Amino acid sequence: MIELQNVSKVYGMEEASSTVLKNINLTINKGEFVAIMGPSGSGKSTLLNILGTLDVPTSGTYTFADTSISALSKEQRSLFRRYVLGFIFQGFNLLKKTSALENVEMPLVYLGIKSKERKQRAYDALISVGLEGRTEYEPSQLSGGQQQRVAIARAMVSRPKVLIADEPTGNLDTKRSHEIMQIIKGFNAEGITVIMVTHEDEVAAYASRVIHVRDGMIEREISYAH
Amino acid sequence: MLINALLQALREIRRNLMRSMLTAIGIVIGIASVIAMVNIGKGASQSITQSISKLGSTTLYITPGQQRGPGNQSAVSIPFKLKDVAVLKDSLFALRAISAVEGSTMTALYQDQNYQTSVKGVDNDYFIAQNLEFKSGREFTKNELRTGLGSCIIGQTVLDKLFLDGESPIGKKIRVEKFSCEVIGVLSPKGANTFGMDQDDIILVPLKMFLRRISGNDNIHLIMASVKENIPLEEATLQIQQLIRERRHLKPDEEDNFSVRSMSALLDTIGKITSMLTTMLGAVAAISLVVGGIGIMNIMLVSVTERTREIGIRMAIGAMPQDILIQFLIEAVVLSGLGGIIGVILGISITYLVSVTMDIALIIDPSITVIALVFSMLIGIVFGIIPARKASNMNPIDALRYE
Ligand SMILES: Nc1ncnc2c1ncn2[C@@H]1O[C@H](COP(=O)(O)OP(=O)(O)OP(=O)(O)O)[C@@H](O)[C@H]1O
Ligand SMILES: [Mg+2]
Repeated sequence: MIELQNVSKVYGMEEASSTVLKNINLTINKGEFVAIMGPSGSGKSTLLNILGTLDVPTSGTYTFADTSISALSKEQRSLFRRYVLGFIFQGFNLLKKTSALENVEMPLVYLGIKSKERKQRAYDALISVGLEGRTEYEPSQLSGGQQQRVAIARAMVSRPKVLIADEPTGNLDTKRSHEIMQIIKGFNAEGITVIMVTHEDEVAAYASRVIHVRDGMIEREISYAH
Repeated sequence: MLINALLQALREIRRNLMRSMLTAIGIVIGIASVIAMVNIGKGASQSITQSISKLGSTTLYITPGQQRGPGNQSAVSIPFKLKDVAVLKDSLFALRAISAVEGSTMTALYQDQNYQTSVKGVDNDYFIAQNLEFKSGREFTKNELRTGLGSCIIGQTVLDKLFLDGESPIGKKIRVEKFSCEVIGVLSPKGANTFGMDQDDIILVPLKMFLRRISGNDNIHLIMASVKENIPLEEATLQIQQLIRERRHLKPDEEDNFSVRSMSALLDTIGKITSMLTTMLGAVAAISLVVGGIGIMNIMLVSVTERTREIGIRMAIGAMPQDILIQFLIEAVVLSGLGGIIGVILGISITYLVSVTMDIALIIDPSITVIALVFSMLIGIVFGIIPARKASNMNPIDALRYE
């Protein structure tokens, strides 16, 4: 479903340039749970951002379900993210001074869903990640694990085809990490493709395939049959 | 989508309430001054127009000499004679009433009371030309006018000053410096005129008596002529000018050495002055609106920078550049629009206060209210577009990474 061919990413110009991704070739099938691992600065986030169309490759092609993503305009990429993708960011990246419910409602606003249905769906999403009684709290009133759950609810409320998660358990302890991963695993079981960056083996263990990146290149891939 | 953006904008403004209010203050002041100035200007000119038309807008004022401008009287100023008035009266069909007016300030006495007032020698036509009515008594008789007999008509102020115990003045003799006269009538009060002069502070005597006892000659310095309703003022003016020129044997290339003016000419002048003032003050207000707009732009730019991460999150979640553009644009418009609404309320309050304290007609022009509101929102669009474009042009990844 997702295919990267010879994708490279170069930052800067001429001598000052640095190649962050080098000729990446990668295919991800529908319903897969892929974990991307590698040392810090190896280009994991950069790769994920390109897959999430937040960033564009310097060269190479990106195809999604036979559609050339590389050829899309800025506006079309916005629509692609709106209808197809869900994001969980490295930091939680929730809107400050905005209630959990309103944070989760936001993707639905852009989908043009009416207020009443929007509130209901956002509320349901928050319940499904175990945040009943916390829907009116603002991010500053929530713990790290709770904030991450809000971020997950926000990513899933629009019922995306692909979930893109950059270190979803990055700032959490082991117990909380497993709770979050259980939730994400649940989504994958419903048929949603998951692409996740992590540097923890226990977290990567939830994936069906682990891709190791080093110095902007795919070092090796390991598939697990679950 | 638009409703959501509107709610979002209101939420954002409430979140930074203090800052929003300070930002909008420029717009508030600008709009309030536009509203107040235009409304007060209109009220004032309406009040002036009304009191001038009360003076009789069909009355022409004929004076010797040519007024070329303030303090620029022409050298030759030959007064009119009684004969001139008689000829004008007999020859001009266009006139409804015509009266020479000679006046002087003098002290009037009655028993122990004395009071300084304006004494005027007039004919009965003066009452027509000046729209004067009688509270009691009568106008002059033919005999009184012809012989210049000692009778007089007084205004309310003179009545109050001389006749203290409320007795009827009719038939009483008062003394006015060199002559004494019997009060035959009291005028209905008219109050102050446009220029603040008390129109009831007056004693009217037959013109002939005034000329004989006070002037000592028959020089006349003012003739009031009231033009018939159906005859244009310009037409009557022309007739009067021709007649006087003939009587004065002026050659075609000589200028008039007298002038014929109407209150409506004065009205035009006042109208021009007030509209000029309104325009000027309006321009000042417009400048303050532009300054207010720049204030909004400044704060919106700060806000866009502060909310870079939010913009990144929204874009990642699927907001298109135009969604972001509209969000920030609406925020600017709501900010300036709210400023406009507060400004309108403030402006109307100021108008009300001024009209009450200064006794000016209260006019609230609905069109300027609507224009001001639309304009304030326009300012939001004009000055909001740059910050909004800046926000919508961001790259999602750069915006997300922004610290
Ligand atoms: N905007 C940029 N301009 C220049 N260099 C950049 C930019 N963004 C990232 N890089 C560089 O690209 C490299 C890869 O960054 P990336 O964020 O993909 O690393 P990562 O693998 O996600 O690391 P971590 O595990 O620490 O999150 C880094 O060396 C970084 O300095
Ligand atoms: Mg990273």
